[in-house]
Amino acid sequence: MSHSLGTCVVPMNAGVTMKRNGNGKTATARHLEIVEPRQLYFGEKWQYAPSPEKKDHVKLKKHYDLFIDGKFVPGKSGKTFPTINPATEETLAEIAYAEAADVDRAVTAARRAYDKVWRKMPGSERAKYVFRIARMIQEKARELAVLESMDGGKPIRESRDCDIPLAAAHFFYYAGWADKLDYAFPGRKARSIGVAGQVIPWNFPLLMAAWKIAPALASGNTVVLKPAETTPLTALHLAEIIQEADLPPGVVNIVTGDGTAGAAIVNHPNVDKIAFTGSTEVGKMIQRAIAGTNKRLTLELGGKSANIIFEDAPMDQAIEGIIDGIYFNQGHVCCAGSRLFVQESIAEIVERKLWDRMQNLRVGDPLDKNTDVGAINSKMQLNKICELVDAGVREGATKHQIECALPKKGYWFRPTFFTKVAQSHRIAQEEIFGPVLSVLTFRTPEEALERANNSPYGLAAGVWTDKGSKIFKIANRMRAGVIWANTYNQFDPSSPFGGYKESGFGREGGVHGLASYVELY
Amino acid sequence: MATRIPVLKTYKLFIGGKFPRSESARYYQIKGPKGKLIANAARGSRKDIRDAVRSAREAWKPWADRSAYNRGQILYRIAEILEERRSVFVDEICAVTRSGRAAATTEVAKSVDRLIWYAGWADKYMQLFSTVNPVASPYWNFSYPDSTGVVGIVAPEEKSLLGLISKIAPAMASGNTCVVIASESAPLSSITFAEVLAASDVPSGVVNIITGFKAELTEPLARHMDVNAIDYSGRDEATIKALQEAGALNVKRVIIRRDPHGESWLDDSRAQSPYWISELTETKTAWHPVGV
Amino acid sequence: MMHVTVDQVGVEERARKLSTRSIKTSSKREGIKLIISMIDLTTLEGKDSPGKIRAMCQKAIRPLPGNADVPSVAAVCVYPNLIREAKRCLAGTNIKIASVATGFPSGQYPLDIKLADVRDAVTMGADEIDMVIDRGAFLAGKYRKVADEIAKVKEACGPAHLKVILETAELETFDNIRKASWIAMESGADFIKTSTGKLKEAATLPITLVMLEALRDYWYETGKVIGMKPAGGIRTSKDALRYLVLVKETVGDTWLTPDLFRFGASTLTNDLLMQLAKEMTGNYQAAEYFTID
Repeated sequence: MSHSLGTCVVPMNAGVTMKRNGNGKTATARHLEIVEPRQLYFGEKWQYAPSPEKKDHVKLKKHYDLFIDGKFVPGKSGKTFPTINPATEETLAEIAYAEAADVDRAVTAARRAYDKVWRKMPGSERAKYVFRIARMIQEKARELAVLESMDGGKPIRESRDCDIPLAAAHFFYYAGWADKLDYAFPGRKARSIGVAGQVIPWNFPLLMAAWKIAPALASGNTVVLKPAETTPLTALHLAEIIQEADLPPGVVNIVTGDGTAGAAIVNHPNVDKIAFTGSTEVGKMIQRAIAGTNKRLTLELGGKSANIIFEDAPMDQAIEGIIDGIYFNQGHVCCAGSRLFVQESIAEIVERKLWDRMQNLRVGDPLDKNTDVGAINSKMQLNKICELVDAGVREGATKHQIECALPKKGYWFRPTFFTKVAQSHRIAQEEIFGPVLSVLTFRTPEEALERANNSPYGLAAGVWTDKGSKIFKIANRMRAGVIWANTYNQFDPSSPFGGYKESGFGREGGVHGLASYVELY
Repeated sequence: MATRIPVLKTYKLFIGGKFPRSESARYYQIKGPKGKLIANAARGSRKDIRDAVRSAREAWKPWADRSAYNRGQILYRIAEILEERRSVFVDEICAVTRSGRAAATTEVAKSVDRLIWYAGWADKYMQLFSTVNPVASPYWNFSYPDSTGVVGIVAPEEKSLLGLISKIAPAMASGNTCVVIASESAPLSSITFAEVLAASDVPSGVVNIITGFKAELTEPLARHMDVNAIDYSGRDEATIKALQEAGALNVKRVIIRRDPHGESWLDDSRAQSPYWISELTETKTAWHPVGV
Repeated sequence: MMHVTVDQVGVEERARKLSTRSIKTSSKREGIKLIISMIDLTTLEGKDSPGKIRAMCQKAIRPLPGNADVPSVAAVCVYPNLIREAKRCLAGTNIKIASVATGFPSGQYPLDIKLADVRDAVTMGADEIDMVIDRGAFLAGKYRKVADEIAKVKEACGPAHLKVILETAELETFDNIRKASWIAMESGADFIKTSTGKLKEAATLPITLVMLEALRDYWYETGKVIGMKPAGGIRTSKDALRYLVLVKETVGDTWLTPDLFRFGASTLTNDLLMQLAKEMTGNYQAAEYFTID
């Protein structure tokens, strides 16, 4: 451990009283004055026994086909790729590998379903299909949660309490819009666009599918969706739900594969709209690729979001906000609060509390109900995190990493934060997409704003203060799409989400999310 | 083979999630188009109105405090259960009114769809009716709708199921609770609908339904000081004037709908609107400084 | 750090998340035993009699007759009039005798009466005094009065340990609860305690979390170790285990001992015993197999 506050673990006994600080000052002082390094002791006196979520109700198949025109069909080439459990490195299933010819089939099916059925169906009937999907996700919630954790490495607690319920809620919310589009755009007539090509990332596989599919269907479009290569399973189980819900064939098509299929969707002449969530690098490629076509585009890209803690913050809740901001989902979150700005006057105590709090992060088996931090999604991502962390050390920042046992197999990274970070360090500039936080300090609100905005990204920001007017000031001045005040990582289907600047354009969620899927007349 | 003797159903009131008989222990007879007795209905009294308002008031805050998403889910749940019991309602409507089977089937299906329509509105009307106001001083200023409280609903006489639902759903969507005086001539489906409510996760007291003589019930409801709004459907001008006058007692919001009427309850463009939700809300505006 | 504010939504969310910890098998068994050893077995009723105290003390010594593996509780908590009877019953055991005092439960008495109440209780043999703060004074902003009273009570306690009851339901806000906790610790409390148990609203997870965070911050700042006692409303094993989780993950192992953490409860014990029996036999239990004392 390289914690700057010292490593002394004080053996504590009941009634032990330590020395007061020299000036005899008592607790009326505004902030903590640390007398000597004291660290809480989080040991083994009472341990949590393993509590693994059961897998026996999960219907995992050995092989998954593409979902095209209402049917599961193999890829034309017959090629497959394995999807791996990143916590065990075991292959979960073989997945059909889609290429341009498969994408073409999917787009053709989507086009036909659009022209023949979906665009003509009254909104109120379309709504009923989308409501069905929402209900079936709720019914299969636990199975989907387990699958999500097995395929992507995220803790079951998060897939169970966050990903899956939110995915259902998104379908439920947008179902309600299907017959109300006239009210969403006063004075204009909203019409569907056509076939939407959607490419989604691996960090929230089912939730991202819901964010994309729900508004598209509600507003009358049909869909070709490509889940990420490392996490295709829940999207394919969603395809089963869509089949069981009797959606007309071709309304939703799901093709699995890698960038080849993604590129085929983006470049297909019969696709009218592209929605992409992923890296800024790929987002830029897509924007370039569709130049000169009539395709509509929305992009939800990377971020390096600032989480700003003022000295008058509700401190223990702010610590939770920091933890949620960066260690939620192993830090694989586009809006992760990866740059922590702490007011200098409280920097020491915030770091100490953060460090103590991190001792209780339970890293390990994603299916254990008490796990807080699961497996890194892939070997590739783990390498990227390691590379950036090494760069941080080389550039002179101080690394603080908790010491915890890790499973022997699988991809893991211990929760980490850096202090003494300079604005120019790579770890303060580049998106790490892992459980790694950069701590910077500031002296005044103006300085915090200036430095927080000093980034090509602009996805989200957190602000922690007990003073309302300061919240609104920061919210007004931050160049970011979502501002969380005294909270972090909140999502709701009724709330628009999306970025400024290189974090993308277009919004998902809320009435704003509909605008990405309609043409206004 | 011996004929099986059917079991008849007892229709009671719906107050605070329970099905009590009228406090007055009175009844009136509901007969079919050919004069055959279908059932005895409870003839509610002013004390039943009083009890119902008390339940509605108690239920209001917790109901309004639920998330909009949750209220939407519950409205949707009502629709699910109603869908399942469609045939019960079709039979009942056919027995009591001159509606043919086809018309009754249409009315019940439309009732389900209308509930779903409002289920969707529960977490959306607020985005429609809220504003951020660009005031010329350093303040963040926003306005949003807030439920008005306890709503007294006088349901239309005709289309007794669809009309009732078309009035209850928009009131519930924003977090109001209500006391409903059912169709006097065809009250049975209202009470059967209460059974659907009781099976649909609707908290006790959010909807209370009283059957009986409107001439006896409307006035105590309209004059009740703990009722925030009266929502009347019908064309009885004397009643309308009386309601408007009674409303002045505690500045009730008085909503009078002479239209839709009769068959037009089936017409979406006339019988459902997010403005029906908004009319039963209050606009709240908050100012907050912006500074460090 | 007395003036650090608490965000209600945030602290409730944190408590809710901690309450989803899954406690199974060995951790459940060990946790339940630990909880039993942390109980202040309480009876505070107008109808309390020596007979009632005798029965309760038997339960305190041997919660599950015939099973020596189940520990005794930490203390019994009674009104001053019943201290002597409790002392007789518990002679030769390690079980402490706690007595409420200072005009429990309202605290609305003159200071000299409160102090006499405390001194009498200690003289009669109380090892621990559970006092109530003057909530009226606190809510009127007379913090010094509250603090002075606690300090004087502490003095009157002599060797007895002092638990200071905040009656959190009457303080209402988490900011108040934190502030009152701080005042109590500054003024000599050995324990801070949530409630009298006489109101409908008593201990909750978020309130306990706020108080644990306060005593942790006080320890950061001064090095003094203060104990915590949630009391009232904790009736099931599931609930009690959640409190244990709060302790484990907020202040750590140091506090996982009856010396520093207590449960004030009257009916919790039997549910703990039922759950323990369930864990040992594998069968769900019925209340009638467990003695009511």
